[in-house]
Amino acid sequence: MGQMEQIAALAATPVALPLLQVDGLCRNYGARIGCAGVSFDIHAGEVLGIVGESGSGKSTLLSCLAGHQRPDAGRITYAGQDVLAMSEADRRRLSRTEWAYVHQNPRDGLRMGVSAGGNVGERLMAVGARNYGQIRTRAHDWLGRVEIAADRIDDRPSAFSGGMQQRLQIARNLVTGPRLVFMDEPTGGLDVSVQARLLDLLRGLVRDMGLSVIIVTHDLAVVRLLADRLMVMKSGRVVEQGLTDQVLDDPQHAYTQLLVSSVLQV
Amino acid sequence: MTDTAYNFAYLDEQTKRMLRRAILKAIAVPGYQVPFASREMPMPYGWGTGGVQVTAACLCPDDRLKVIDQGADDTTNAVSIRKFFQRTAGVATTERTAEATVIQTRHRIPEAPLTEDQILVYQVPIPEPLRFLEPRETETRKMHELEEYGLMHVKLYEDIARHGHIATSYAYPVKVEGRYVMDPSPIPKFDNPKLSDCPAIQLFGAGREQRIYALPPYTQVVSLDFEDHPFVASRAQHDCDLCGADGSYLDEVIIDDLGGRMFVCSDTDFCTTRRELGHIGRLGAPMTDEVA
Amino acid sequence: MIRVENLSKCFALHNQGGAIIPVMAGAELVVAPGECVGLVGQSGAGKSTLMRMIYGNYLSNGGRILVGGLDVAQADPRQIIHLRRAVLGHVSQFLRVVPRVPTLQVVAEPLLRLGHPTAEAEARAATLLARLNVPERLWSLSPTTFSGGEQQRVNIARGFVHDYPALLLDEPTASLDAVNRAVVLSLIEEAKARGAAILGIFHDEGARNRVCDRLIDVSRFTPEVAV
Repeated sequence: MGQMEQIAALAATPVALPLLQVDGLCRNYGARIGCAGVSFDIHAGEVLGIVGESGSGKSTLLSCLAGHQRPDAGRITYAGQDVLAMSEADRRRLSRTEWAYVHQNPRDGLRMGVSAGGNVGERLMAVGARNYGQIRTRAHDWLGRVEIAADRIDDRPSAFSGGMQQRLQIARNLVTGPRLVFMDEPTGGLDVSVQARLLDLLRGLVRDMGLSVIIVTHDLAVVRLLADRLMVMKSGRVVEQGLTDQVLDDPQHAYTQLLVSSVLQV
Repeated sequence: MTDTAYNFAYLDEQTKRMLRRAILKAIAVPGYQVPFASREMPMPYGWGTGGVQVTAACLCPDDRLKVIDQGADDTTNAVSIRKFFQRTAGVATTERTAEATVIQTRHRIPEAPLTEDQILVYQVPIPEPLRFLEPRETETRKMHELEEYGLMHVKLYEDIARHGHIATSYAYPVKVEGRYVMDPSPIPKFDNPKLSDCPAIQLFGAGREQRIYALPPYTQVVSLDFEDHPFVASRAQHDCDLCGADGSYLDEVIIDDLGGRMFVCSDTDFCTTRRELGHIGRLGAPMTDEVA
Repeated sequence: MIRVENLSKCFALHNQGGAIIPVMAGAELVVAPGECVGLVGQSGAGKSTLMRMIYGNYLSNGGRILVGGLDVAQADPRQIIHLRRAVLGHVSQFLRVVPRVPTLQVVAEPLLRLGHPTAEAEARAATLLARLNVPERLWSLSPTTFSGGEQQRVNIARGFVHDYPALLLDEPTASLDAVNRAVVLSLIEEAKARGAAILGIFHDEGARNRVCDRLIDVSRFTPEVAV
């Protein structure tokens, strides 16, 4: 029986507090529902995918979570703190240290008039880095990690390809070692080969840095490869959530079944 | 020969009260940009409308006004503003820094130390130091409110990345009393150390942008920099060719077609005063010969 | 180690007139540590469905699935993720990987996720790949471009790289030549010897006879077709 107990101990999920906990989140645009009654939690090192068609409320949800919009109702708890009750100063400090936000369009997340090194260094300087040489070293290190050649450090992102801009945006976001990353269609608008490279990179970073990620996309292949768990949204509500492969392979809700069966097979 | 068709110092009393309120608030919160209702002045924006309004609000009949542009009392801008207040306020004017009670300046701080009895009024084109990287006013205000000043260092970082050193040589950003980051107007960074711990009141007026900010006497002002690229108050490595001064801010003047040039103090009063005391530089002549 | 009790499953096809198709009812099975049980039954009888339910890939409509003490039928996703990471291995017929990741890393990944040092994980991955005759020059390439047989061997290496206490094998010897088939069969025997509970689908009768201790015909669990 000793062995069985050992296995039972292995099988027992380690008890941990959720990093982010969302309860009954609602956001309306006038009479129209942005998102309604959304609840979930995410632990350290987990990747949560949110899928749904355009207008399903997934982007509204993400911007409420990231603090870009204020929800009308609900609670968001991050590492034990009530995010909606925080002062704006604290919340903004959080979003440039422990949080990161990767925009679909890198132009929204980068400073196009500032060099690649300056873009990566900005978050460091925002938290008080005042040594040029050290900032430069960190920027070099991060450009390498996102596979941007070191000699591009002083070039502006406007001279970069779409895939490079997106990788630069990721570097800029991750340089302060955040714990929670929000991603809005990070692979949208990229060539398939470029997407693959980005996915590989993201997965490595998630594992090596123990990141928690909330990724919004309409690309089911992306969530299958990246997400541990999946939430399906329709008309502002979560219609189904569960283990990613279970939701995709054995969808329960009519909408999810439609979504999964609508994917073109390659 | 006051022009009596105008109120004292051109502006009406209500406008001056509004300006004084803004100035008092600016002095109470050093480095903070106070919005004010900038008036149309009888001169174009960019010619010192902000500074003129602040000066008008500060002037009293027994004040003695000095106006300088790039350090000189005799340039068009300085002459016309000086004449403007001679006509509309009837105040005495001077070119001597030590004799002035109010000094309006564009792009310089006088070389001679200022005193507690003086007010220095700066003309400011763009008051927002964060504007370089953040075009949204709503966002820059929020950044000031929350002291999010990382962006300021991004500007300096870009300088070093591009030029190998901090190439910003004027309008060099400063931090006031450890709180607000402030644009000191386009003074050369050589003048930055004079901002700090200055006995005079320093007022900054931006007419087009409708902002007033201030440094009360003896305010601590620190120029931003990196640990490994510290702030340096640079100047041309020459002595003044007229008065021989070795520590003043110099203008470079091309004097012929053969590449000949001379360096002279940008502060004309400082230079003149030294020459009157008998100092002579490389190309200088005794004072009496110069007087036309 | 693996215990299935009174398990049932039906598919509701909402977009096809709301048809409800019962596919399994009253399924029962037990796999003890050190034992290999083979699932048999004609095509469509529900062998793969049952395996997928045990892996948590399909939901159950009733009954219990106990793996190492955890009821997979009731467990939340986080528990299943943890179970899959540490306890329950799965070798499917399909290789699903992020493009561009080198084969050696694909195989080493289960160990890395359990927190093993990279060097150790890669050494173990290399040993398995060598044993399965995947040429070393391919290790630095992504398996997405490999032939079917090569992909299958990469998949098997990945499934055996960690000593899972429970293993699900879906056609592990399909599309393999005789030499590699023998390697896979000995891997299964070694896993049994160290006490792993194995549930498998083997169409290859020789393989089934060599490694399986018992067979279970899943046709028994096929419900009466609803009219």
